[in-house]
Amino acid sequence: MNRSGYLFAGIVGSFALSCAALVVLPQSQLGSIQPQFAEDEGKIVDIYPIENSAILSGQAVYASEGCATCHSQQIRDEQNGTDLERGWGVRRTVARDYIFEQRPFLGNMRLGPDLANVGSPKWRNEPENENPKYKPAKRDAAWHLLHLYAPTTVIKISNMPPYRYLFETKKISGQRSNDALALTGKNRPPEGYEVVPKIAAKDLVAYLLSLNKSHPLKEVKNSPPEVASK
Amino acid sequence: MTAALANAPAPIASPSGASKPDPSSQSLTAERSAIDATTSGPVLFFFGTGILWLLLASLLGLISSIQLHNPTFLGLADIPLFTYGRLVPVYHHALGYGWAMMSGMGAAIWLLARLCRVPVKFPGVLIAGGLFWQVGLLLGIYQILIGKSTGVEGLELPGSAVVVMLTGYLLITLWGGLIFGYRREAPAYISVWYIITALFWFPWTLAIAYLSLQLDSVQGVMQSIVAAWAVQNFFNVVITALGLAMAYYLIPKVVNRPIHNYGLASTGFWAFLLFSGLTGMVRLSGGPVPVWLVTLSISSTILLLIQTVTVSTNLLLTMRGEYHLAYHSPTIRFTAFGVIAFTVASVIGLLTSLRSVDRILHFTFFQSAQTHLLLYAFFSMVMFGAIYYIVPRLVGCEWLSSTLISWHFLASAYGGGLLIAVLAIGGIAFGTSLANPAAMFSQVIQSGAVYYIASTIAWVMLLLGHLIFAFHFLLMTCRIGQPAGEPTLFAPIGEEKH
Repeated sequence: MNRSGYLFAGIVGSFALSCAALVVLPQSQLGSIQPQFAEDEGKIVDIYPIENSAILSGQAVYASEGCATCHSQQIRDEQNGTDLERGWGVRRTVARDYIFEQRPFLGNMRLGPDLANVGSPKWRNEPENENPKYKPAKRDAAWHLLHLYAPTTVIKISNMPPYRYLFETKKISGQRSNDALALTGKNRPPEGYEVVPKIAAKDLVAYLLSLNKSHPLKEVKNSPPEVASK
Repeated sequence: MTAALANAPAPIASPSGASKPDPSSQSLTAERSAIDATTSGPVLFFFGTGILWLLLASLLGLISSIQLHNPTFLGLADIPLFTYGRLVPVYHHALGYGWAMMSGMGAAIWLLARLCRVPVKFPGVLIAGGLFWQVGLLLGIYQILIGKSTGVEGLELPGSAVVVMLTGYLLITLWGGLIFGYRREAPAYISVWYIITALFWFPWTLAIAYLSLQLDSVQGVMQSIVAAWAVQNFFNVVITALGLAMAYYLIPKVVNRPIHNYGLASTGFWAFLLFSGLTGMVRLSGGPVPVWLVTLSISSTILLLIQTVTVSTNLLLTMRGEYHLAYHSPTIRFTAFGVIAFTVASVIGLLTSLRSVDRILHFTFFQSAQTHLLLYAFFSMVMFGAIYYIVPRLVGCEWLSSTLISWHFLASAYGGGLLIAVLAIGGIAFGTSLANPAAMFSQVIQSGAVYYIASTIAWVMLLLGHLIFAFHFLLMTCRIGQPAGEPTLFAPIGEEKH
């Protein structure tokens, strides 16, 4: 083989090695992961989000707005970060957590908090307070909608952009809409008008509320918050 | 070895003016001019459009940096097209696939034809390739802006756009392969090795990545693994190879002596080939992926140090005793800056790949600092040097004003340096704050605020520098410049400041 023969063999061979080691091998390990079955019945435990159209289209909104540019959806263990202590999750996330996601939004930036478990009622983004009167914010659909419309109304210091284009301001006809935002101050719409979410905003919130990876899995040790905080 | 040494670029029109007029070098010069004439159309087209992408990227970089400290800036947040989450991927694609690929391909085609001593037949095919690539890219960017991103980080462009882009790229690769096949210089020079590597790796990586995303069995985090592999191959293999190919040509050329140690260059190349394609999974370090995968990439990143050391020492030793040329020659000033940045980028890349460091810096702007160190401080600076070297040989006149070149250098070096420093320090501040569980998340956010403002200042400098550069390039394409013959230098040789 002449010199350029070696060159070509080297280039093709190294590419094949790279592809085999970083694509084919992990695929053979991860490609066939199945959901965890309940041990007695052999039935899939209902731990993954029930796929409904609102959640799926909410996921598409998450992708199209580029939420993953600033938000991750992966919980690291104690050795690799403070995610568990922050209250972003009760255990680290593993490959099995993502098998039903059309697109895994792992994220590589945390300009905002991690959202892997933002749909869990236990999710919090502030240190736990010793004060018994302390109550973490209740992040329900109304909270999320308000936060999307004007982030600084619910979180004083936030550099999240407002997503006002996912909402519309319309004239109140008869009764005030159920999902109209409770806006105050400068965000308040003119008299006789209300701000209501468009379908995209509702779907996005449905998706966010479906995010919960705190169910137990065989391969991870759960560290329940009540144990961790003491 | 001797054959390889003989094949190192022979001096022509070196700024030192030391080349002796001998008949063989004169006929070589004539041959080179003839080859340059065949490549001038596509190369100028690639450079020109590449610079337009650079301007677009600078503008997007500036806007998105302002949005970080002023989320409602100019009311842009109310226009879906300009929301931060869409602008940032578009910025990355404009800089990487727009500016870096166009300038890199232009320089690569020019260098390949020259080193293989082959005139390019049907240069229109190359222009068509460049057109396809950019039309596809524009289409893809438009799709991201209207909210049709794939949602896969690093592979946001929709598949349809990538098909158009790859069609164009294959035309360019085909022509590059043909030039290499018809070469009249038997043992190929090290730059050619790097260029052929880039030409081959890129389309295969992109095609495999996009095809595998279509497969149902590529589920969950496997998609992130494929994306991380593709993105890292783009930076660590394709971009690095194109930048080093130019550095390995320009430095020996302008200094007017062969590479210090050709054997060392060859060792570095093979280490690069073996290890750089295995480094991708450091991007997913600490994430929900198999641990062995990340460990493999960390060890490959460490072993890649072999290449960094050989490249850096070799190129800097080639310049030994001639470091003053950085004071005179724009090409050397930009290229040497790039080579030093490459060394720094590799060492920092190695340090941050370590798990104990990654733990702090993973989700911060430090990663962005690393990207810009490689893509801007190394690659783009080398490409600026290459453009300052190549364009006079294509248009038949020299750059009009050394002052404009010097302003461009100052803006790029200080603006780029400031941007990278701010992203790095801001990343460390953010990361250490995030690692403190007692810190409220809003405090963590605030710890980055001052750096966001500084990054806006850096972007203003970069945008100004790039506007100067684009204006100067425009003058050259209109043949407005100094008479051909003597390159435009910052200062005449022999008038050194001590």
